Amino acid sequence: MADVRATLIPAGENSYRLEAYLGRGGYEAARKTLLEKKPQEVMEEVKKANLRGRGGAGFPAGFKWAFVPQADDRPKYLCVNADEGEPGTFKDRAILTRDPHLLLEGIILACYAVGIHTAFVYVRGEYEAIAMRLEAAIAEAGQKGFLGGNIFGSGFDLEVLVHRGAGSYICGEETALLESLEGKRGWPRLKPPFPASVGLFRGPTVINNVETIANIPLIFRHGAEWFIAQGLPRDGGKRLFGVSGAVRKPGLYELPMGTPLRKIIYDWAGGPAEGQAIKAVIPGGLSAPFLTPEEIDVLMDYESLAHARSMLGSAGIIVIGDRTPIIDILKIVARFYAHESCGQCTPCRIGTTWISKIADRIGAGGGGPGDLDLIRHLAEGMKGKTLCPMGDAAAFPVLSIIEKFGRELEETISR
Amino acid sequence: MKFSLSAESARRVDELVRRYPKKAAALLPVLHIVQREKGFVSPEAEEWVAATLGVPPIQVREVLSFYTLLRRQPAGKYVIQVCRNISCFLAGSEDIVNYLETKLAVQAGETTADGKFTLVTVECLGNCDHAPCLMVNDDDYGPVSRSAIDGILKGLI
Repeated sequence: MADVRATLIPAGENSYRLEAYLGRGGYEAARKTLLEKKPQEVMEEVKKANLRGRGGAGFPAGFKWAFVPQADDRPKYLCVNADEGEPGTFKDRAILTRDPHLLLEGIILACYAVGIHTAFVYVRGEYEAIAMRLEAAIAEAGQKGFLGGNIFGSGFDLEVLVHRGAGSYICGEETALLESLEGKRGWPRLKPPFPASVGLFRGPTVINNVETIANIPLIFRHGAEWFIAQGLPRDGGKRLFGVSGAVRKPGLYELPMGTPLRKIIYDWAGGPAEGQAIKAVIPGGLSAPFLTPEEIDVLMDYESLAHARSMLGSAGIIVIGDRTPIIDILKIVARFYAHESCGQCTPCRIGTTWISKIADRIGAGGGGPGDLDLIRHLAEGMKGKTLCPMGDAAAFPVLSIIEKFGRELEETISR
Repeated sequence: MKFSLSAESARRVDELVRRYPKKAAALLPVLHIVQREKGFVSPEAEEWVAATLGVPPIQVREVLSFYTLLRRQPAGKYVIQVCRNISCFLAGSEDIVNYLETKLAVQAGETTADGKFTLVTVECLGNCDHAPCLMVNDDDYGPVSRSAIDGILKGLI
């Protein structure tokens, strides 16, 4: 069996404290790197490690950083996305709770690579206790000279600020997050320009997920080759797989990228809950298209899941048992996106609301023969027709439910 | 202007505003401070925030009405947020909501007559391995059962 020791989420009640982190060799990679390596070398090492974004889109982190124009006088920013709102996802909570200094060390390395002197961590509003812990960690690191001016005596300056959201799923979308940080509603921006050229306060901006940044110190402790060996050549490192729903052992499992979905559900999460068989599995947070029990031999990495016409997304695996009517799930999916649509683009605002109303009507016994076609039509009308990926995120799961569980829905309607 | 904050909150606002490259960026954190002290953001508070940060009052209203954690009306001493998204639903969140509604004699979205509890249903709290989960003010609980809820409520005085 592969090495399964947790590296992003250490055990122990006090694992979050600075002394504990220093005891694990914390901040050594950043110290050594800032004193001995050039920023360009840092960026190259991250590119070599094939670290892909852990937020959902899977864009290679090193290449994202390279989009930031270097010959530019505007202040540059890093925004760490800790808005964790994708239903079924609870990994960033674990990193922030148990290893906030790992995130800070990653922030130092990322900012050094790109030449950034101000970083924001955008923490979802509900994570108040977590935000306070992170602020305490920032203060501790500052006292040691790991943050602030002239870090490790390298001459590099960095300030890290915690910014709390206030309850909004869409602010996890990178440009909505920027708007929110600027003190506005979370309305996604039209791209281009991309944040790397025009981002926060119109400056060049990198936006990375918490788990992405938390992996950076591991790359510099052990090297890019080691990192790739932890996962797949095209998709380096391990991944925090969250498993929830109808399983015996819901939890967070840190496993190599490319671990089979079936193995995660049965060997780690203990298999389906007592007395139930698997009806459906959502492999990567609520936005990912549903898989049937016959489809769970897929490998959990970006390419394999795309090939299976789903997506790895946030790697939040949700298992639905056969006791749950699929109409109940459709209602929840539809209601969620209707609730969270920011209202800026008509297809998403109207589409999500209509789908939710129709799903509720079917659930209440008032379904009609044309309902599934109408839902499909509305979902198709959102796909690719909105400013941000939310239109797709709302359409994909709905379309997959109708495609794969259409017969059950027809039965519900005709009952 | 009728609105004012305690000296401690005012000091925190000053400190925050200085840390941001642009004053307006402190809008969400300042609204959090106001709400923490006052329990909600009143129209007078909105005007004060707008003036303090140099943003149009409409921007404050837009933000206030956009984010679900910000309130324009007072809430109970304890705000109970029950998650009803997929993982919690699969773990029985409907029963948790029903039980709380019966026990507190309110519907979701309402505050008890004595002003002690506000019950709301919310989308994913990011605590899915502890489903069904809820929050009481800033504290997480899960997995919760009917008897666990009895215990939690008893501890809230």
